[in-house]
Amino acid sequence: MENGTIIRTTDLVKIYPMGEQSITALQDVNLTFGRGEFAGLVGPSGSGKTTLLNILGSLDAPTRGSAEVLGLRVEALPHKKAAELRNRHIGFIFQTFNLLPVYTVFENVEFPLLLLGMATAARRKAVMDALEWVHLADRAKSRPNQLSGGQSQRVAIARAVVKKPELVLADEPTANLDAENSHHILHTMENINRELRTTFLFSTHDDKVIGHLRRKITLVDGRVAKDEPGAGR
Amino acid sequence: MIIPKLAIRNMLGAGAKTWLNAAVLSMAYVTIIWAQGLYNGFDAEVSRTMIDAEYGGGQYWVEGYDPYDPFTLQDAHAVPAAPLQIRIDAGKATPILIVQGTIYPGGRILPILLKGIEPGQSLLSIPTGALGTSGADIPALVGSRMAKTGGLAARDTVTVRWRDARGAFDARDLQIVEVMKTIAQSIDEGQVWLPIATLREMAAMPGQATIVVTAKDSAPTAAVPGWSFQSLGVLLKDIMDIVKGKTVGASVLYAILLFLAALAILNTQLLSIWRRRKEIGTMMALGVTRGRVIGLFTFEGALNGVFAAIVGALWGIPLLAYFAVHGLSFGANQGDSFGIAMSDKMYPAYSAALVLGTTVLVFLITTIISYLPARKIGKLNPTDALQGRMT
Ligand SMILES: Nc1ncnc2c1ncn2[C@@H]1O[C@H](COP(=O)(O)OP(=O)(O)O)[C@@H](O)[C@H]1O
Ligand SMILES: [Mg+2]
Repeated sequence: MENGTIIRTTDLVKIYPMGEQSITALQDVNLTFGRGEFAGLVGPSGSGKTTLLNILGSLDAPTRGSAEVLGLRVEALPHKKAAELRNRHIGFIFQTFNLLPVYTVFENVEFPLLLLGMATAARRKAVMDALEWVHLADRAKSRPNQLSGGQSQRVAIARAVVKKPELVLADEPTANLDAENSHHILHTMENINRELRTTFLFSTHDDKVIGHLRRKITLVDGRVAKDEPGAGR
Repeated sequence: MIIPKLAIRNMLGAGAKTWLNAAVLSMAYVTIIWAQGLYNGFDAEVSRTMIDAEYGGGQYWVEGYDPYDPFTLQDAHAVPAAPLQIRIDAGKATPILIVQGTIYPGGRILPILLKGIEPGQSLLSIPTGALGTSGADIPALVGSRMAKTGGLAARDTVTVRWRDARGAFDARDLQIVEVMKTIAQSIDEGQVWLPIATLREMAAMPGQATIVVTAKDSAPTAAVPGWSFQSLGVLLKDIMDIVKGKTVGASVLYAILLFLAALAILNTQLLSIWRRRKEIGTMMALGVTRGRVIGLFTFEGALNGVFAAIVGALWGIPLLAYFAVHGLSFGANQGDSFGIAMSDKMYPAYSAALVLGTTVLVFLITTIISYLPARKIGKLNPTDALQGRMT
């Protein structure tokens, strides 16, 4: 993989068997992403956006073809190696926030660092820094059920970036948020992208998000229909 | 050490549900200790009674003696070997001669054992003193059960027939000097106690004995030729087996309790895995391996055992202590059980081994019960889990 490239897919195919029939979720996807990109997969519901993000995040395996992420071929990655790749190098942001309900905000953000075995003092500092980025340092002791949707998603962003990963995969991060909160979290992610050179890859069909993208890849029925520069700066 | 830490966080975070499970499990836990303690209490009382009344510190049996085979009695008598005689003379042992006989109370025929014992002995809790002070020709002592069976009372005279060492039959009248209230049925039912000197003379077995009972807490001497030592362990085995058999009922009760508690945990665990499948998917996305997720859920389940021990200690220790001090009443006069007349109050005895053993048992069961359903996380696809699907 040449310098600066962190994702490359080659003839990626994903087929879901459904009894007699099968659903082709991805068809011959060939894409390359460089470090520091702020890119998005757009397209109607069912076009394969989530499937692609899951494969790139080593949560799912392709049926055919290859996906190289940070120099590792995810289709050949054993379960433990895949878990390690996600833990060290990839942050996930979900449409439904997916905070761990019994943990406080602090503990949620701390979780990936605990897995990494980071020392207590360094961990505390990293968590508080991440909460500063998302302007939630004062809510460290709150529980997820005491937060608004926008606040929850900001905690999720802090959790995704606290370990300073190379790559953040965000699946429809604004779908459950109002306009103001959507812009707010996009600004947050843009700042992190600039400061840490973290690569962000979104899936979205939300115009508010699309307006911030610097690269826009349109999927239609699992195929790359268009790959063009976006309006974001 | 992250898994235990997360497990404790999760369990404490779950709040009331955790404590409810702990409460249910603690009931099984405390009941087991309580029932076992009661059993140990029975056990201790039965042993103590049998030691006091019959076994002392163990018995020497003359070669050929078999208490389960009355025909062996014909030849089972001998002069105690020298080492035994030394002990008898020192008051550290007492001889007992056993001869088969028949009594004829009110025209009935009752086969019995005639047991000769030193009237002055104090090794066993049999009130043999009465045999020494009466002026009767053949003074006899019987237990209340024997008295009832034979229709005998103090000062009654009854004809006894026996066979002496030469095989000749003889018959004479003996006089009941006292009916004793015994707690051990085995020194009472079907037997008549006589002064050993009288019985030796009657049976033409001078200086002889069938068994020699040693004093409590005396160490057995080296092997005595012609006599075999029966330790307390051997002597108590039969009666302890009976006690065990009768406490099977209690075991069934707490097996059921434990089963119910295990079922509650299994149910919580299954529900928890189902309800938290999205959480499981999230953890996997954050880089937790399947093995660690299984470990986490197993550990959480096992913590049920720990919390149960804590909750159980809170209410169980005062309760169990109360019974240990004040005893447990079964209502008066419940007759013989386990071969002895139980006192109407039982004092359970709890040992460290019992408490520790039960804790380990409960912990093992909760761990296994938690692990079994958690295993299916191993087959779970992270993407399915994230979307709330479970296959
Ligand atoms: N686990 C699955 N089993 C069967 N079909 C699936 C599964 N996941 C996704 N699909 C199908 O794959 C296609 C692409 O889905 P998805 O990647 O979720 O699209 P998007 O995220 O763009 O809405 C859809 O037709 C969807 O129904
Ligand atoms: Mg989707």
